[in-house]
Amino acid sequence: MGDLLTIRDLRLEAGNRSEPVVIIKGLDLDLDRGEVLGLVGESGAGKSSAGLATMGYVRDGVRFAGGSVVFDGTELVGLARGRLRRLHGKRIAYVAQSAAASFNPAKKLIDQYSEGPRLHRVRSRKEAERDAVALYRQMQLPDPEEIGFRYPHQVSGGQLQRAMTAMAMSCRPDLIIFDEPTTALDVTTQIEVLGAIRDIVEDYDSAAIYISHDLAVVSQMADRICVMKDGEEVETAPTRQMLDHPRQDYTRSLWSVRSFRRPEAEEAEETALIRCRTLSASYGAVPVLRGLDFAFPQGRTTAVVGESGSGKSTLARVLAGLLPPSEGEVFWRGEPMEMRLSKRRGDMLRNVQMIYQSADTSLNPRHTIREILRRPVRKFSGRRGDDLRARIDELMDLVDLDRAFLDRKPGELSGGQKQRVGIARALAAEPEFVICDEVTSALDQLVAEGILRLLVALQKDLGLTFMFITHDLAVVEAIAHEVIVLKNGRIVEQGSRDAIFKHAREDYTKRLLASVPQMDPDWLDDARRREAELRAREGDTA
Amino acid sequence: MSQLQKLVIGRMFLGILTLFVVSALMFVGIELLPGDLAQQILGQSATESTLAAFRAELGLDQPPHIRYLDWLGGVLHGDFGTSLASGREVSDLLGIRLANTMFLAAYAAVIAVPVAVVLGLLAALWRNTLFDRGVNLTALSAISMPEFFVGYVLILFLSIKAGVFPTLARIDSATSLWDALYRTFLPALTLILVVVAHMMRMTRAAIINVLASPYIEMARLKGVPQWRIIVSHALPNALAPIVNVVALNLAYLIVGVVVVEVVFSYPGLGQLLVDAVSSRDFPVVQAVGLFFAAVYITLNVLADIISIVSNPRLRHGR
Repeated sequence: MGDLLTIRDLRLEAGNRSEPVVIIKGLDLDLDRGEVLGLVGESGAGKSSAGLATMGYVRDGVRFAGGSVVFDGTELVGLARGRLRRLHGKRIAYVAQSAAASFNPAKKLIDQYSEGPRLHRVRSRKEAERDAVALYRQMQLPDPEEIGFRYPHQVSGGQLQRAMTAMAMSCRPDLIIFDEPTTALDVTTQIEVLGAIRDIVEDYDSAAIYISHDLAVVSQMADRICVMKDGEEVETAPTRQMLDHPRQDYTRSLWSVRSFRRPEAEEAEETALIRCRTLSASYGAVPVLRGLDFAFPQGRTTAVVGESGSGKSTLARVLAGLLPPSEGEVFWRGEPMEMRLSKRRGDMLRNVQMIYQSADTSLNPRHTIREILRRPVRKFSGRRGDDLRARIDELMDLVDLDRAFLDRKPGELSGGQKQRVGIARALAAEPEFVICDEVTSALDQLVAEGILRLLVALQKDLGLTFMFITHDLAVVEAIAHEVIVLKNGRIVEQGSRDAIFKHAREDYTKRLLASVPQMDPDWLDDARRREAELRAREGDTA
Repeated sequence: MSQLQKLVIGRMFLGILTLFVVSALMFVGIELLPGDLAQQILGQSATESTLAAFRAELGLDQPPHIRYLDWLGGVLHGDFGTSLASGREVSDLLGIRLANTMFLAAYAAVIAVPVAVVLGLLAALWRNTLFDRGVNLTALSAISMPEFFVGYVLILFLSIKAGVFPTLARIDSATSLWDALYRTFLPALTLILVVVAHMMRMTRAAIINVLASPYIEMARLKGVPQWRIIVSHALPNALAPIVNVVALNLAYLIVGVVVVEVVFSYPGLGQLLVDAVSSRDFPVVQAVGLFFAAVYITLNVLADIISIVSNPRLRHGR
């Protein structure tokens, strides 16, 4: 029995009552006052639904099918709406994944902050506004006196996430549900937000449930971790014990994703497939890329890393011919390369292909997989009839997809399967150079690992050259040969993977590397200390 | 200069340009109609010489572009000319009719807009309940019937059978306000029934659209009651589409009510315009047409401004 929260045999379902879709099948959770519990699992594991259910709340279309949620002596399942409302925000608060979407765009931050305390009659508006400034300061928001009087769109994502945590604290709740609060943030921003969240939860001795798909992040925040899969608990244990001695295979498989490494490449003579000299590009008058010099060695994977706004995707657009550069030269096997898509000849069009981040939006939902693959095969290879069909089947085999999927539409496939179709479509042209734009960012870790293995195998078999854009340094370490670090449209550092990961020279690169959460509960403390030292050093040199 | 000021000035400039184009189009339209005022008045008894003399008296012997420029010069000095048919000042002729039209439109709007918005909010609040379906069914039925039919049905039941309201909505300058409200109740009610459905459905749809946003769930999880979520979290974000539909309906209440005026013999601008067109009384047609166009432009610019003021992203930069 937890002395704050006791969940027994919680079951949630959706869909019609005769054939319900079970979302949570019998979950038990206990939480003591001041304790932080981590909920870890892949998408579809039911962790968000479980988090909301601890508030006695279910989304539209979902319902309680049984079990009980007892919060501080009160049964929440089936509790009247009015009584639930008196608990929500006051004694149990919620912090959502996307702060940008979860703040009302039409209201100032401080008005949204003070709404809860006023409604629950905890504080008057005046008191709440004073309190907001104090909490904004505690959350290390810049300009705490003034920032509350801004609208959400005038504040950055990391700051909004901190403002939302402050808002959740406004009534000093006993329990806070954090639902993936840092997933949408850059790694360096994530550290600051994680640190601020952990401090404030400790300072006010709140209990918390911290939901995330990222085990490394959860292990920084939680005293105890519960791993979930398909609506069920896999195992629960104190954080350190869970990390050191996972009991279940599934838990171990979550760990192993991070240990995937491409096989060492045999030393080969390196020739540059693409070489750029003083490449610059801009959107209108805004310069995005400023004088880049680099090369993509043939048959290798070059990772381009950087935070949002660093120009990674713009570089992809330039090489794909979608955005002509404002300056500089690009060579393909030493020959000048046509940079306007409309002027590229057949071979050049064929040779450069793209795989996108979101297979959902880059596949036409009304076409079958067969139609999606047929068009590029016909266009680039000129095959017809049986020859065409055979090639489509071959493509499916290449990406390890069952040929039975050919007559289905993208909506009937899972995220990983859709991404495989995206890869098959790029391969249909038989390209030499493939731009992969955050291709694993939207996928769960296990699925992402499958995609990475596939890409590595394809590279070996077909001799492909990859440009791999990502903000996830764990992925870079797994598959890259070469790394280019971008910041504000400039190359900060470039070199082989080992050179970058083991002997980074630039502070920015070091900071990026240090920001990747590690499976070590002390990582956050170490990272914050290092960050402070780097800042201090920058301050000295400035 | 702020973005808002730039927008308002730009729209006003475009609006004035539109008025010029509208006046030219109306002039061409009347020229294209067969016959003119002289033939209309003299009728069967017209001879070539009487027609020519009458045309000279009215100024109709001038070539069209001269007449248009003459008229335009007058308007730019604030002189809308005289009616060809009655010889009275157009501004006098318009004055009382315009007041009548605005009175009826305001009467209907003051009731219809709040009723529509509140019904829309309630329908969104109690979505898919009996109330929601009932309101939708009633509103859709009212809008599906032609307005003259609605008018006659109201006359049949409320004035002939029940005898509560008069069948004719005749008012003049001597009528007291209370009396005027009473006499014009049926035409106002007809108009309300016709315009409520649009605004109500748009309010409901816009609110329901916003209710799916994550910030609404956030408000719920802060313990905000449902009615307060709708009024204070959803409505401000749904204002732009609602205001645009309200503006279109207000314009309709002023510009498009000629059928209702005829049914209730109400002396408004619509009837004046129809009479003026059939007698080819060009200065009157022009003046009424310009007024209608100005109403449309003003209401739409107002709707744009309100949409912008209600959206902090447009009001405040980063």
